Amino acid sequence: MQQDKLVIGGVELDSRLFIGTGKYSDDALIPAVCEASASQVITVAMRRVDRGGTGVMGHIPSSMRLLPNTSGARNAEEAVRLARLARAAGCGDWIKIEVISDTRHLLPDGYETAKATEILAKEGFTVLPYINPDLYVARACVNAGAAAVMPLGAPIGTNRGLRTREMIGILIEEIELPIVVDAGIGRPSQACEAMEMGAAACLVNTGIASSDDPVTMAMAFRRAVEAGRAAYLAGAGAVSHGEAVASSPLTGFLR
Amino acid sequence: MNHPVLADHFAPGEAHFDECLAEWPRERRAALAAAATTHDVLAALEKDVLSPKDFMALLSPAAEPFLEQMARRSREITLRFFGRAVNIFSPLYISDICTNHCRYCGFNADNHQKRRHLTVEEAAAEAFALADAGIAHILLLTGDARHIASPEYIAEVAARIKPRFASVGVEVYSLTLEEYRLLLQNGVDSMTMFQETYNRELYEWLHPAGPKHDFLWRLNTPARAARAGLHGVGIGALMGLDEFIHDAFCTGLHAWWLQKHFPGVDVSLSVPRMCPHEGSFEVKHAVNDRQFVQYITALRCFLPRCGITVSSRESAYMRNHIVPIGVTRVSAGVSTAVGGRVVEAENSGQFDISDHRSVPEMVRDLAALGYQAVAKDWEACDF
Repeated sequence: MQQDKLVIGGVELDSRLFIGTGKYSDDALIPAVCEASASQVITVAMRRVDRGGTGVMGHIPSSMRLLPNTSGARNAEEAVRLARLARAAGCGDWIKIEVISDTRHLLPDGYETAKATEILAKEGFTVLPYINPDLYVARACVNAGAAAVMPLGAPIGTNRGLRTREMIGILIEEIELPIVVDAGIGRPSQACEAMEMGAAACLVNTGIASSDDPVTMAMAFRRAVEAGRAAYLAGAGAVSHGEAVASSPLTGFLR
Repeated sequence: MNHPVLADHFAPGEAHFDECLAEWPRERRAALAAAATTHDVLAALEKDVLSPKDFMALLSPAAEPFLEQMARRSREITLRFFGRAVNIFSPLYISDICTNHCRYCGFNADNHQKRRHLTVEEAAAEAFALADAGIAHILLLTGDARHIASPEYIAEVAARIKPRFASVGVEVYSLTLEEYRLLLQNGVDSMTMFQETYNRELYEWLHPAGPKHDFLWRLNTPARAARAGLHGVGIGALMGLDEFIHDAFCTGLHAWWLQKHFPGVDVSLSVPRMCPHEGSFEVKHAVNDRQFVQYITALRCFLPRCGITVSSRESAYMRNHIVPIGVTRVSAGVSTAVGGRVVEAENSGQFDISDHRSVPEMVRDLAALGYQAVAKDWEACDF
């Protein structure tokens, strides 16, 4: 197989699995999860970062590319503040925009997300907005200067897989930027399915962090993402959508 | 009605929880609980989105044989949404002068004990001792004496200590909309307000005098705080005052209503229960351990994303066992007296605590359970 790099904001990545830092029983697990996942990108909630320099940041290997996120922001203004704070704190220029003003369902606010994307892209950030898989919101983010878009597979934390499969398929088809499926992927098979569809990458946190053995699960996700990507590149064979048909009951008379 | 701001009590066009509560009178609640069947309980455990009726099934006697199944379901939901992380916080009592006459409370104005009101600098010294111990989320508590522990005083303490804390919450008397806004401007991001009981008649008997006597004013306080823009609103009933099923149901219903009407607000629950003998007050409806677990697991199934706090009223044994079931926030390094860390305390506190673990001990014990104690879970974006 030829070299298959994922390019986001001019940065080449070998791994198509992004991981997170929340929900672990012990942040000291994070280095081993990074290694087992072979991931190169890790997201961290700025609201959880201790500005004293201790806490989760101390466990992230220096080889990882940080993707700070704006979890906790309820509007574009708060997301922009958090992004600037991340940059000032030395977390780099990548930012995952997460604007949620509904604590009941934790669904992202597309309008505020696109607004924040525009402001931060103009400030030189590499912006990855987390969105509902809505074509118009995705286009708005593209026009606002996003470097990739991150549609949810299912509501965050549900581990339900690709409930939004059809919509994500439309984004893969229509949006020129990398599509990174974020949220809802609870099992490696679901990540594999997203990659087979043509997603550029998957971000997995809950599925790894809340498992009984996060390090082994990280390895399983790595293999699943790699398998799904290879299958996509190889081109899946035709799949029957109906029952197996052994003969030709309707056209058998054509002799 | 004698309220500081009458218009704020019934703002035109605003929904109020008392209207929702009125749709669930005691007779209806009792009938539903009595009619709940095994089928209702198992069906509720299979659902992703539960109705108030499903919630009642899980609280009902019909659910009692299914406690283990409820605990498993609750644990699974909690792991998905909160992971293996538990937020730790510490309460800080800064004034115990109180004009209320709550029959069950150690701060009751009729209790002629020595009282203490910390100056802003004394409060800061106590708070900073907690910050030094690793606490990032702090909850400021006062008695109900607005002529001494005024909203301006609370705001001043909050502003003074905010630079050392990621989150400053308050558990004080009911404030007006403008007063909550004042606190918000001074670094307070969340509030906790215990309704004590949702039984209005009982409530008015328990609180015979003082500002707290007004049931509706208190009932609508969490919504008022949410309207003022606070990020977090915590509620809870003091379990043991009324029959378990009624206050348990109404607490869940209140949180459910707040989530629906204030989707941007982080609604959380506390589940304090009284000891069978709380001082000289006779607790008529003490909640036993099985009911307590039933309550927590039913809340988790009904309100999957709500934070659930268990205070040091519960023993270390109980807290260690219920954290994995559904609890997301615990206190540590607790004293219910005013002072005691840096400045001298005048009395032993509002109530006796059962779990005396320090912050490092709590961190250690959570780790032994396979959970990470998270000091900083959230911070306002206005830094």
